[in-house]
Formats: sequence, structure tokens, C-alpha cells
Amino acid sequence: MPVQKTWIFAEVAEGKPTTTTLELLTKARSFGGTVEAVAVGPGADAIADVVGEYGATTLYAAADAALGEVLLGAFATDVLADLVAEHQPDLILFPMTYTGRDVAGRLAARLDRPLVANALDVGADGAVVVQTAIFGGSQIVRTELDGGKPAVVVVRPKSFAAEPLPGAGPAAVVRIDRPLDERHRRARIVDRVADVAAGPKLEEAPVVVSGGRGLGDPANFKLLEQLASLLNGAVGASRAVVDAGWVPYAMQVGQTGKTVKPTVYIACGISGAMQHTVGMKGAKHIIAINKDREAPIFKLADLGVVGDVLKVVPQVIQELQARRG
Amino acid sequence: MNVVVCVKQVPDPNSPGQLDPTTHWLRREGVEVVLDPSDEYGIEAGLQLAEKHGGQVTVVTMGPEKAMDAIRKALAMGAAKGVLVSDEGLRGSDALTTAKVLAKVIEREGFDVVITATESTDGYTGVVPQMLAELLGAPALTFAKHVESPDGRSLRVHRQTETGYDVVEAELPAVVSVTAGVNEPRYPSLKGIMAAKQKPVERLTPADLGLAGYGGATARQRIVSVEPAEERQAGEIVEDDGTAAQRIVDFLAKVKVI
Repeated sequence: MPVQKTWIFAEVAEGKPTTTTLELLTKARSFGGTVEAVAVGPGADAIADVVGEYGATTLYAAADAALGEVLLGAFATDVLADLVAEHQPDLILFPMTYTGRDVAGRLAARLDRPLVANALDVGADGAVVVQTAIFGGSQIVRTELDGGKPAVVVVRPKSFAAEPLPGAGPAAVVRIDRPLDERHRRARIVDRVADVAAGPKLEEAPVVVSGGRGLGDPANFKLLEQLASLLNGAVGASRAVVDAGWVPYAMQVGQTGKTVKPTVYIACGISGAMQHTVGMKGAKHIIAINKDREAPIFKLADLGVVGDVLKVVPQVIQELQARRG
Repeated sequence: MNVVVCVKQVPDPNSPGQLDPTTHWLRREGVEVVLDPSDEYGIEAGLQLAEKHGGQVTVVTMGPEKAMDAIRKALAMGAAKGVLVSDEGLRGSDALTTAKVLAKVIEREGFDVVITATESTDGYTGVVPQMLAELLGAPALTFAKHVESPDGRSLRVHRQTETGYDVVEAELPAVVSVTAGVNEPRYPSLKGIMAAKQKPVERLTPADLGLAGYGGATARQRIVSVEPAEERQAGEIVEDDGTAAQRIVDFLAKVKVI
């Protein structure tokens, strides 16, 4: 039985659906059946226009302002479990984000349904077949889910392009007015801290300049910031330097961090552990600068420079400034 | 404070594992296996909570008999007790089956806090903590890069977000998943390694937990193929002789980002 109804767990940031939400909607259209979105959180009911443009015909929205004060896992699971019982979707796609994973994991346990996470591709011609990468992206595994409803799949960001559906109008909004109870309020957000630098977002920047241990000192990230700003880019980092406290987690590129697919990725003093490369090897072009000729990052690089990143990067900055005149 | 830490033994991340081409199970023969390095942070977080607020750390895993090595390492770090759920039938278990087995053990042990890593270093599914929370009826404080208990009755964590972190609080009991870097895991001391040999370990089967028949047979997903990923082709590698910066700028111009 092909998939007839696909749901997307839609996430909202700054009043808009996230890019990954739009990627998942675009992919879901290719299955041929109905595509609907479920959004939970403040502002969830304000995205009907955009999710509609990307193919959702209905938006189920729970938008209680109090949802901004709690982790959404428990509440969103209750909402989804009820909606699933009523509407019987064949497949639910979640983004592989912090909240996406919180809700998907709980929902699968609640519904007693199998779940595949970390998906890079999903096929739904007959059975739902999910493609994932294991062992740091070195092997591709295809997993078939049983025929029960719903299949729950958590998809990595940037797995698909986001393309609007020509001529599509806004989605019809179905408001969910469920009040929060004590169980939903057990994990309370008491403060939100932003520690991302100004400039383009890491996930969306056309150029990403990333640093690793080879920079030698946290202060040298300044050089990367300078280079990134000359290229209208964003600065990323390897897990090693994030774990060491050099830069915030939000800058981490890799399996446990962000997935980026810029036009150019410049790896500065990064050896290229699989943990890292799984988050950046989808870049269109890769430049690597590293002292160690044997560093695995050179296996991926279109241009590899064996040299001292602290010498080469300042020269590149100088050169770019000279071109600007 | 009774802390249960869930751990996993995985192929050494420095020498990536293999799946058996016919069964699609993890090939365990001739493969170095280690306590998942990301689990060391969870063990450390559990030990710190127990040291500050009293109580003890129980470490729980599911896997072949060899996984007892992972438990021994946790005991050498300072955990008080280990539980290994092992059975040939568990091979090929999916995430939900794994969570159900672990949840049964955790219920049996009793808990104030359950700690896991955010995901394993071999499978990266990263949803078992949330499944455990659902099965145990507890809040899930996930992706924590800082964990503390101000009073022994509640937890406060810094939970990673796309743009920074949220400060999140919950009364106990709770499930916490911690990121690498949440702390500096201790090395087992020689004394700790010796003491670990005397510490209690329990071996259970799914049947002991009332879950007879659970495992690969109850997984509702099936691997249909495993193939090597398409690798990028390496390009040009140059030694920096003073002209590398120019090469980089030329490359950036060629691909039209400047």
C-alpha cells in the first residue's frame, strides 16, 4: 500500500516554519498522497500560509502561549497521539532537531510504533524504506518499516531541497485547544540564552569557515571570523574545540552538531574525524588547510593546503582585502 | 539520590565497525569494542550527583556477555552496581525494543535520575532517552551540556538549542541525556579497577524481566541493504610554499563566492 497521508512535524522559528520543515513538506509531496502539518508551540497557528505554499493542505496547530515555558516533548506527544488516533496518517516525518527528536521518540513509545532516526532519504512507493548512514557516514543502510500506521521517521536537515508548490494556497488551520496539565509542565524553561554570533546563520551561509584543534588557541577563532565576514560566511567548529569550551555548541558542525551544505566549506586545522565530516561533506566545494599531510580531511578536499593555518589564513584575508581595494 | 546510567558497548570509533553482509547485524568478531566514549560523560555526571547528594550509581546495559567489560569500566570509575541484560534473541533489537528492556530494568532498580548519552557513537538513533522518559512516565531533560541539582530534589540543566541553550528545571524523578563535554570524565584509578572486581553485577534475560521473546523478533523494522557510501573524490593537495593563499583566493573566485 503506498503512503496516502503524510504528516510533517513543523517547527517554528522567528514566526516562520524552519527550513527543514519546508524540506520535509517538499519531500512528502513526492509520495503522491495528502500532506498535512502539525505544529506545536507559540506561533504554531501563524504558519499556515507558508506550509500551504509548500504543499500542506491542513495545519493542525496547538499555539498556547504557555508552551513557550516548557519542553514540548510531553505535550506534543499527547496532541499527536490524539490526532493520530483520529486521522490515521501513514507516515510522520520529524526534523532531526532537539525538539523533533524529543517528540518523535516519545510518540513512538506512546503509540508502540517503530521509529527510524538520522534518515537521509525516505522512499514510500510501497513499504516505507528509510536510508541512513552509520559508522560516521561510511556505510549506507536501507531499513524497511513494517506496514503498520504510522511509520515514524526522523530526517536530518538538508536532506532534501525545499521547493514551493506552484499555485498552492494557505493550509486550512485546525486549532488544538488542549490546556497544559501538570505533566506537561514538569520540564520548565526558566531562561533562554543565545550565544550565536552576528552574521548569516551557519546552516544557511553560502560559505562556512570552520576551525579545529589546529588553530592552537581559542583566540585564533578571531581570524576565522574575519575571513568569514569577508566572504559573507559563518564560522563553524569541530566537536573537539566545542567540547574543550573554545566556542559555543551552536557552532558545532557534525553528527552531534549542525549539518551544513554551503557552496564552499573551509576547514582550518580540522583533521576530519568522521564525527565532523558527516556534517559537512555535502558542501559543494571543500578547502582544507592542515599541517598534517595525512589528515583524513584531505581525502574530501577539492583544494588541500598542507601548511600552517595561522600563516595561510592571514594571507588569504590580506589578499581578499587587497581585492576589495 | 539513586542514579541509573544507561551505557552501550560499541565498536571502537577509531576503527569503524562492519555489518555482517547477510544478517545485517553488527559484526562483533575481531572488532575492538569499547564503552561508548560518550557514555563516560553520563557516568561522570551520575557520580557527581551521587557524591554531592548521597546515593549511588547503577549502570545498566544490554548486549552480549562481552558488554560486561563496559560495566566493569563504569564500576572502576565509581559506579556501585551493574546490570547486564543479555540474550541471543536480543540481537537485531530496534530502538523501541531496547528502550522497553532498559525501562524494565530501571523500574526494577528504582530511580531518581536516569542518565544517558544523547546518542550512541555507532548507531546515532538518539531517541532512546525520550522513549525511556515516556515508558517511565518521567520528564526528559535532553541534550544537557550542564547538569546540577540545586537541592537534591530537582535538576537544573543547560539544554542545547539551535541558537544557544535553555536553562531547564524539573523535579525528580527525571531522565537526562547529556552531551559530550558536559564534564571531564575521570579515569578509573588502580584502586577503582581493583574494587570493581568485588562490586555486584547482575545478569538478566528478557524473560527475567517479563519480556520473554523480546529482541530481534519483535523489531518491526528490517535492514534490507548495506552499501558503502559514495565517497567524495579528493582534489588537489598542495604544500604551502608561500603561494597557497593565492591558490585559495583563485579557487574562491573560480567558484564565484568572491
